[in-house]
Amino acid sequence: MAEVLVFAEHTGGEVKKVTCELLTLARRIGEPAAVWTGPDAEAGRERLAEFGAARVYVAGGAEFDEYVTGPKAELLAALVAEKSPAAVLVAGTPEGKEIAARLAVKTGSGVLTDAVDLTGELVAEQSIFGGSIVVQSKVRAGTPIVAVRPNAVTPAPDTQAAPGAAELVPVDVPVSDAARGARITERVMQERGERPELTEASIVVSGGRGVGGAESFALIEQLADSLGAAVGASRAATDAGWYPHQFQVGQTGKTVAPQLYVAVGISGAIQHRAGMQTSKTIMVINKDPEAPIFELADFGVVGDLFKVVPQLVEQIGQHQA
Amino acid sequence: MNIVVCVKQVPDTAVERTLRPGDATLDRESVDGLINELDEYAIEEALRIAEAHGGEVTILTMGPQKAADSIRKALSMGCDKAVHLLDDGLAGSDALQTSYALAQVITRTGFDLVILGSESTDARTGLLAAMLAERLGVPQLSLASKVEIDAPAIRIHRQADYGYDKVEAALPAVVSVVEKINEPRYPSFKGIMAAKKKPVETLSLADAGIDPAQVGLAAAATEVVSWAQRPPRQAGTIVKDEGDGGVKAAEYLATQKFI
Ligand SMILES: Cc1cc2nc3c(=O)[nH]c(=O)nc-3n(C[C@H](O)[C@H](O)[C@H](O)COP(=O)(O)OP(=O)(O)OC[C@H]3O[C@@H](n4cnc5c(N)ncnc54)[C@H](O)[C@@H]3O)c2cc1C
Ligand SMILES: Nc1ncnc2c1ncn2[C@@H]1O[C@H](COP(=O)(O)O)[C@@H](O)[C@H]1O
Repeated sequence: MAEVLVFAEHTGGEVKKVTCELLTLARRIGEPAAVWTGPDAEAGRERLAEFGAARVYVAGGAEFDEYVTGPKAELLAALVAEKSPAAVLVAGTPEGKEIAARLAVKTGSGVLTDAVDLTGELVAEQSIFGGSIVVQSKVRAGTPIVAVRPNAVTPAPDTQAAPGAAELVPVDVPVSDAARGARITERVMQERGERPELTEASIVVSGGRGVGGAESFALIEQLADSLGAAVGASRAATDAGWYPHQFQVGQTGKTVAPQLYVAVGISGAIQHRAGMQTSKTIMVINKDPEAPIFELADFGVVGDLFKVVPQLVEQIGQHQA
Repeated sequence: MNIVVCVKQVPDTAVERTLRPGDATLDRESVDGLINELDEYAIEEALRIAEAHGGEVTILTMGPQKAADSIRKALSMGCDKAVHLLDDGLAGSDALQTSYALAQVITRTGFDLVILGSESTDARTGLLAAMLAERLGVPQLSLASKVEIDAPAIRIHRQADYGYDKVEAALPAVVSVVEKINEPRYPSFKGIMAAKKKPVETLSLADAGIDPAQVGLAAAATEVVSWAQRPPRQAGTIVKDEGDGGVKAAEYLATQKFI
C-alpha cells in the first residue's frame, strides 16, 4: 500500500489536533506516515500511532524551526523523491499552505487548498467564494498535495492500529543555503491566555461592533472561557483597536470552521461570512432582528448582548457545576 | 530600489460570484473587477519604501484586458509603471502556473523586492508568495504586518496565531503583506491625471518567454471535477429576549451537547 505523508504539527512534542485529522483522512488513501521536524518525536509517538501512523520520519535538527518554511519544504521534497507517496497532506493553516506551495514548485505538483473533505481517490471538497459554492477537485500533475482546513473532519483513532506502530525513522536531509534565506530571530507571544488557537478551536466566540469597546470584550472572553472557546472579532472590532488584528475572522482575516460559532454583536456582512459560513453550528446574539447574520443562525437570540451574554455565562457555569 | 508589486484584479466580493458551466473557471465577465484588497496594502507598502529609500515601483498584473482598469488605479496611487501580462493562453491557470508566469516576467524586469498580498479574495489560496520565493530562489518574508529595510538587510514581523515572529533576510526578497500593515492611500486628482501618462508595457507569452505548454486551463496541475451552489442553511430557531435569552441560549447549547 502506498504511503501518504502527513506533515505533523506539534508544540513541544504535543501533537496538534489537526494532525490527527490529517491522519484520519490519510488512512482512506493509503498507509499514513507522519513527518516530524524538531525534537520530542518520542513524546508525540503514541498519539501518532493511535491515529494510524505506521511510521514517523523524524528530522530532529533545530534548523527546521529557525527559518521560514524553506527547510520543511526541502525535507518533504526529499521524502517525496525517495518514497513516491500517494499524496502529501498538510494543515490548511497559512504556514501549512506555504510549505505546500514550495513543495509544489519543487516537485511540479498541484496543490489543493482549504479542503474540507478528501476521498480515498484523492478527490477533495473545497468551499469557495466565502462558502457559497462547493467544488470537488483533484490534482492531475505530480504528487497530490492537499492542505486540509482544520476542524473540517472529526479525528478518529485507528481501531486497527498495529502494536509498535509509529516507528521512529530518523532521516538526514541536509538543509541547503537557499532554504535558510529567511531567519526567525524571535518569536513574540502575545497574550492569549490558555485559549485554543482560533483556526483550530472547536468553538469560537466572536464579538463585533456591538460590543462597543475594548473593555467590554472581557464579556466575549468570559463567554469563550466558559465554553473552552477561542475568541474572534469582526473587522469593525479589530479596526477600532478593541481586539488584536490576528483574531479577525473574515475575508481579510482568518477562516474558521468550528463545530460551534457564536457571533455576538456582529451584523453578518458578506466579508465576515466568508470567514465563518462553513461553521457546523452557528449561534447569534444581536439586538437587530433584521441583521443578516440571523440568516445563518441555527439558534439566535434577538436581544441586548449586555443582558444576554452575562446570563448565558452564568447558565453555562451552573450547567457545568 | 527596484520594487515589483503583484496586483491581481478580482471580482467585487459584494456581488454574487459563480463558476462558468463549461470549464468551471471563475466567471470574470459578469462582475465588476477591483484590485484585490490586500494588494492595495502591498502597493501602499511599496510606495512607502520607495519614498523612504528611493526607487521605482512597478505593478505586475496577469489578467484579461479588463484588468487594465486596475492597473490604472494602481498607477494613480503613485506607482511609476506597469507590466500587464495579457494572453488568452493564460486563462484558467492555477497557482503553480501563475507563479511560473509571474516569475518569468519578474526575472526579466529584475527586482530588489517583490511585494504581494498574502491572499486573493477569489482564489484565496495564499500560495503565490511562497511559490514565487521558491521559483526566484530568494528569501520568503510572507504574512508581514511590518517591514523594515536597512539595506541589504530586511526585517519583518510575520503574523502567527500566537502573535508574530521577527524574521530577517538579505535583499532581494519576496514579501507578502497582511491587512494590519498600513492604511492604503486614496488616489489624488493629480495622481489620477498623472497615471494616464505612465508607461504600461503589455506582454504576450512569447514576449515574456513563457512556455505556452506550461500555462492555461489545459495544463493546470489541478482540476475541478464538479461544483454546486451550497444548499442554503436550514432556517434556525430565533427567540426574542424576554429576560430569559441567556437561559434559552444555554438550553440550546445543552441540547446540542456543547455544554
Ligand atoms: C474588502 C473588504 C474586506 C473586509 N474584510 C472583513 C473581514 O475579514 N472580517 C470582517 O468581519 N469584516 C470585513 N470587512 C468589513 C465588513 O464589510 C463589515 O463592515 C464588518 O464585518 C462589520 O462588523 P460588525 O458586524 O462587527 O459591525 P456592524 O456591521 O456595525 O454590526 C454591528 C452589529 O451589532 C449589533 N449590536 C449593536 N449593539 C448591540 C447590543 N448592545 N447587543 C446586541 N447587538 C448589538 C447591531 O445590531 C449590528 O448588527 C471587509 C470589508 C471590505 C470592504
Ligand atoms: N494574476 C495575478 N497577477 C498578479 N498578481 C497576482 C495574480 N494572482 C495572484 N497574485 C498575487 O498573489 C497574491 C496572493 O494570491 P493567492 O495566492 O491567489 O491567494 C495576491 O494578493 C497578488 O499579490
